[in-house]
Amino acid sequence: MSEVLLEVRNLVKHFPVGGGFLSRNEGTVRAVDGISFKLHRGETLGLVGESGCGKTTTGRCILHLERPTSGQIVFEGIDLAAKSEQQLRQMRRHMQVIFQDPYSSLNPRMTIGQIIAEPIKVHGLVPGKAARADRVKELLTQVGLLPQHAERYPHQLSGGQRQRVGIARALAMEPSLIICDEPVSALDVSIQAQIINLLEELQSRLGLTYLFIAHDLSVVRHISDRVVVMYLGKIVEIADRQTLYEAPVHPYTRALLSAVPIPDPKLEGTRERTVLRGEVPSPLTPPGGCVFHPRCPIAEARCSAEIPRLREIHPGHWGACHLA
Amino acid sequence: MATLLEVRNLHTNFRTRGGVVRAVDGVSWDVQEGETVALVGESGCGKSVSALSIMRLVSEPAGRIESGEIIYKGRDLLKLSEEEMRGVRGREIGMIFQEPMTSLNPVLSIGRQLTEGLEIHLKMSQQDARARAVELLGMVGIPDPARRLGQYPHHFSGGMRQRMMIAMALACNPSLILADEPTTALDVTIQAQILELMKDLSKRLGVAMLIITHNLGVVARYADRVNVMYAGRIIEQASAAELYANPRHPYTLGLLRSVPRLDEPRRARLDPIEGQPPDLTRLPPGCSFSPRCAYRVERCAEAPPLEDVDVAHRSACWEAKHLVSKVAA
Repeated sequence: MSEVLLEVRNLVKHFPVGGGFLSRNEGTVRAVDGISFKLHRGETLGLVGESGCGKTTTGRCILHLERPTSGQIVFEGIDLAAKSEQQLRQMRRHMQVIFQDPYSSLNPRMTIGQIIAEPIKVHGLVPGKAARADRVKELLTQVGLLPQHAERYPHQLSGGQRQRVGIARALAMEPSLIICDEPVSALDVSIQAQIINLLEELQSRLGLTYLFIAHDLSVVRHISDRVVVMYLGKIVEIADRQTLYEAPVHPYTRALLSAVPIPDPKLEGTRERTVLRGEVPSPLTPPGGCVFHPRCPIAEARCSAEIPRLREIHPGHWGACHLA
Repeated sequence: MATLLEVRNLHTNFRTRGGVVRAVDGVSWDVQEGETVALVGESGCGKSVSALSIMRLVSEPAGRIESGEIIYKGRDLLKLSEEEMRGVRGREIGMIFQEPMTSLNPVLSIGRQLTEGLEIHLKMSQQDARARAVELLGMVGIPDPARRLGQYPHHFSGGMRQRMMIAMALACNPSLILADEPTTALDVTIQAQILELMKDLSKRLGVAMLIITHNLGVVARYADRVNVMYAGRIIEQASAAELYANPRHPYTLGLLRSVPRLDEPRRARLDPIEGQPPDLTRLPPGCSFSPRCAYRVERCAEAPPLEDVDVAHRSACWEAKHLVSKVAA
């Protein structure tokens, strides 16, 4: 396998609840609770899980938009924790992010051209106004927009076009890693496929590495080389795409896969479905033992007592389940 | 089976600064008793406005139902007085919205929100209404219902709130429930729970359902018949089994092909529908889908009518009959 671009080691992010000037501390949200994984150069790693599982917080910690409570983020061999704010800003050029909502992540008062040119200017990547305008046009073309779009404002574009602008802005920094946080979930179905194809084209052309955070398992299967499944701040399974979708070992992964509706009435009529009981517990008071045990269809006595370690079940296939 | 609801040639317009938007542009469809029908389409196709029109909740003065008929149990809802209409909403036709948090009243207790309708519509006493509320919460799978009555929406999780919405919609034993994207805001595992619950209840209680959604997967499992909408019109109408096996409109075909599927081998590339969704104030003449259509012919400059292409299968495409052979080619 190719070189490791990013390594997350034992990442923990806890948020205190309450505990302000006058209120007493009401507890800690364990948003991310000790996770480790590696991302290789040129690959796409899918990060899936339901709301509150910590996938977005993981992305933000990697970018050091949130300081991790503990653990290390090693990017291109450098431990980010040791860096000052200013050094981090320099580093972040190489790690860009594409957000879910292309509406709220673009400044409505700036033209598309200004939005894309701004980071280029801030980082001094292309000196001179004219050269920058050329670079903006080149980027717009690269993401399937027209050079004329530089003059428009975000509200004049459709959702899909706005997401293309978000991608162009990320590419402007010539990053090696792009964190895609639910990049297509706010888009119409007919447009999602356009954006996914674009991301894949750019990856093969520019050699990009993606951390693809999403809850849509069909999309994640399409785009990812390997997939990490999270539940309540913990990793429950890691495997390459094919293994994860064809031979998942964790009961949560299996339940997630069986919950995905398939657009075929005949197949849906015959398909077995594991409908999970109950709901995701609060990360304020996660259950003891295996965090999934209260909803797990196959839980045993030891599951509520003992925390299952994430262990390598087959080469490259990791699962955190006593019964796997 | 008798026809419960029949929408005939409905037109609903909105006046905006950009011009008149024909959000619903002459659509006709029906729901039989006890049946589940789906309206499917992407944002702006007119699916939600169709539901709001049935309830006569289109916000005036910008929006207006221009013409058409909405025949519910033999009465045209568009001809009822506001007073009579109030007896239909919530009583005859229940409604479930996408975002349960914004459609529940945050300052009323769960119990009050359930009993209010019962007391007004069914003239129940406070005690009876309370007993019925407990029964309803139990029916939708909320544990410990009696204690829950005193709680407020913010005490409930998203999935619980949606269960509560279902309980409210079912409270007065309606014959029809309109569900507008009932599971879109929920996590996948909760989605599965809620959809199974809705299907089970509709079967058990014999309630007909209109599901409005953009998710073709949801439709496949839960709908008997499907209407696909694009730019304010119905472009294809068929039973769910027929629609998925044998789509006869390029837009339906495009939607089915553009989504990656877990049951199929992974494809190297997805096949998106090219172009952008239509701007409703500037629709092209003729077929609204033609600018994005891979099977466009000259005749598409003229709007195609929704016509039978098979038994109980209609499509609004000039090429519908040749689509199968064209796709294979």
